[in-house]
Amino acid sequence: MSVDTDTVRRIARLARIRVTDEDVPHLQGELNAILAFVEQLSEVDVEGVEPMTSVTPMRIKTREDGVADGDKADDIVANAPVTEDHFFVVPKVVE
Amino acid sequence: MNAPVDPKKLIKGATGDWEVVVGMEIHAQVTSQAKLFSGASTGFGAAPNSHVSLVDAAMPGMLPVINLECVRQAVRTGLGLKAQINLRSIFDRKNYFYPDLPQGYQISQYKHPIVGEGEVVVDMLDGPSFTVGIERLHLEQDAGKSIHDLHPTMSYVDLNRSGVALMEIVSKPDMRSSEEAKAYVTKLRTILRYLGTCDGDMEKGSLRADVNVSVRRPGEPLGTRCEIKNVNSIRFIGQAIEYEARRQIGILEDGGRIDQETRLFDPGKGETRSMRSKEEAHDYRYFPDPDLLPLELEQGFVDDLATRLPELPDEKKARFVADYGLSPYDAGVLVADREQADYFEAVAKGRDGKAAANWVINELFGRLNKEGLDIAASPVSAEQLGEIVDLIADGTISGKIAKDVFEIAWSEGGSPRRIVEERGMKQVTDTGAIEAAVDAVIAANPDKVEQAKAKPSLAGWFVGQVMKTTGGKANPQAVNALVKQKLGVE
Repeated sequence: MSVDTDTVRRIARLARIRVTDEDVPHLQGELNAILAFVEQLSEVDVEGVEPMTSVTPMRIKTREDGVADGDKADDIVANAPVTEDHFFVVPKVVE
Repeated sequence: MNAPVDPKKLIKGATGDWEVVVGMEIHAQVTSQAKLFSGASTGFGAAPNSHVSLVDAAMPGMLPVINLECVRQAVRTGLGLKAQINLRSIFDRKNYFYPDLPQGYQISQYKHPIVGEGEVVVDMLDGPSFTVGIERLHLEQDAGKSIHDLHPTMSYVDLNRSGVALMEIVSKPDMRSSEEAKAYVTKLRTILRYLGTCDGDMEKGSLRADVNVSVRRPGEPLGTRCEIKNVNSIRFIGQAIEYEARRQIGILEDGGRIDQETRLFDPGKGETRSMRSKEEAHDYRYFPDPDLLPLELEQGFVDDLATRLPELPDEKKARFVADYGLSPYDAGVLVADREQADYFEAVAKGRDGKAAANWVINELFGRLNKEGLDIAASPVSAEQLGEIVDLIADGTISGKIAKDVFEIAWSEGGSPRRIVEERGMKQVTDTGAIEAAVDAVIAANPDKVEQAKAKPSLAGWFVGQVMKTTGGKANPQAVNALVKQKLGVE
């Protein structure tokens, strides 16, 4: 499996990473090298093998229903470049 | 899906009949104290970003921990939809960028949802019931809220909803008209409210629908569909489907082609329009969330929830028909809301079910509707209404007087039995007293007595006069019989 230059541009756009035309061939080479490396895994026959989700026999952690967090609007917006009345303020996005 | 086509549901186009096919994705907010993966409150209407934990704001290093009650609610809902419960389900990341989605992905379930196929039986008031297949139900996070009208060039983002648990309930494309679609949402909402798993409050956004609409010639394969996003009232769902079906028919009849796309419903204009900007965003690149292990449930956990499920609307309706002798229609009206059904049962207990249903549906609901009140806010309690039914049953008051008693109980309160006693509203059943009143009216109106001999319908006038002189308390049947007998008319 390998990617063409259009796919590189598309991946970049989906990830919101700005990529100039000069960057594309270089990134294409890197991505294809990574894909070729990972592709070696397809040599292993995994027919009928369940995907491994954890290396230790653990169950998902759960919590009981109760309010134990929140009321920290100052902290939540502390790093935001622009805020007003504890709202995040961002460039207008509207359909 | 391949039920015979009902010609009444077809839409007439310029070149012949069309069938509309509707499927829905309902997003129902799970009733819980805290969010799906954090301990922040789900409470509605709080100050901006006050119900937000560092997990909901996607601060680096924060990890989600699932709220077990949300899992129980999803399983309860699945059981209520007679659906397959999957003992193993997996959380995935659905990736997209939007300012009110701080993680850059929504935690959802993709290939392995917690609930599989089920069904909802939908009653139509003016026709037979039909079944809508449920494709799946999965748990996912809600996003935050963007407010666009506070500033000319900026949007304001509040993350209070971010991370609140939603159930996405996906139906099969089993609806064939806007009426059927509305009835389905109504029924689903009733089931959720009975289960207590979602409050169904569409005004607060607790229930939103994405509506998939396509049209086809009857008997042909499914057409290309358009998805109308985020419709937030049952009436709008109907309007959106009507508009969208006609739009698609118009395009097809002009020889055009339907583009599969996402559209928005504009309630102000009553039309749908394309959301072109979202086209590219459809590549969600789902993958299993590495922060969450598979959700594995024991069969005992599910069985335990199943044994404690409340009686659901279909079962309640069947019981009302069997135990109280109600018509399926009346039973359907009563069970549409759990509180209404409970009220009815309190009135009907130990009394005639039909009489109780009659009073609850015609008098009480009629009056509540007129005043725009909820059953919980009814000024007349089930106990009071029950007393009125008793007073009619034992002949103390007539049905007509009962309506007056109901009015007094509604506006002034008090025990109906005491109201009847204190205000002397008891029905006069003593034939002697009624006879005296009839005689008095006849004696006072010799001319009318003469006229009545030629025109028997005038007897009604005498009955009216007697009712008037007795203050409406005379038993109407007795008065009627006596008047006719004394006038010698039939």
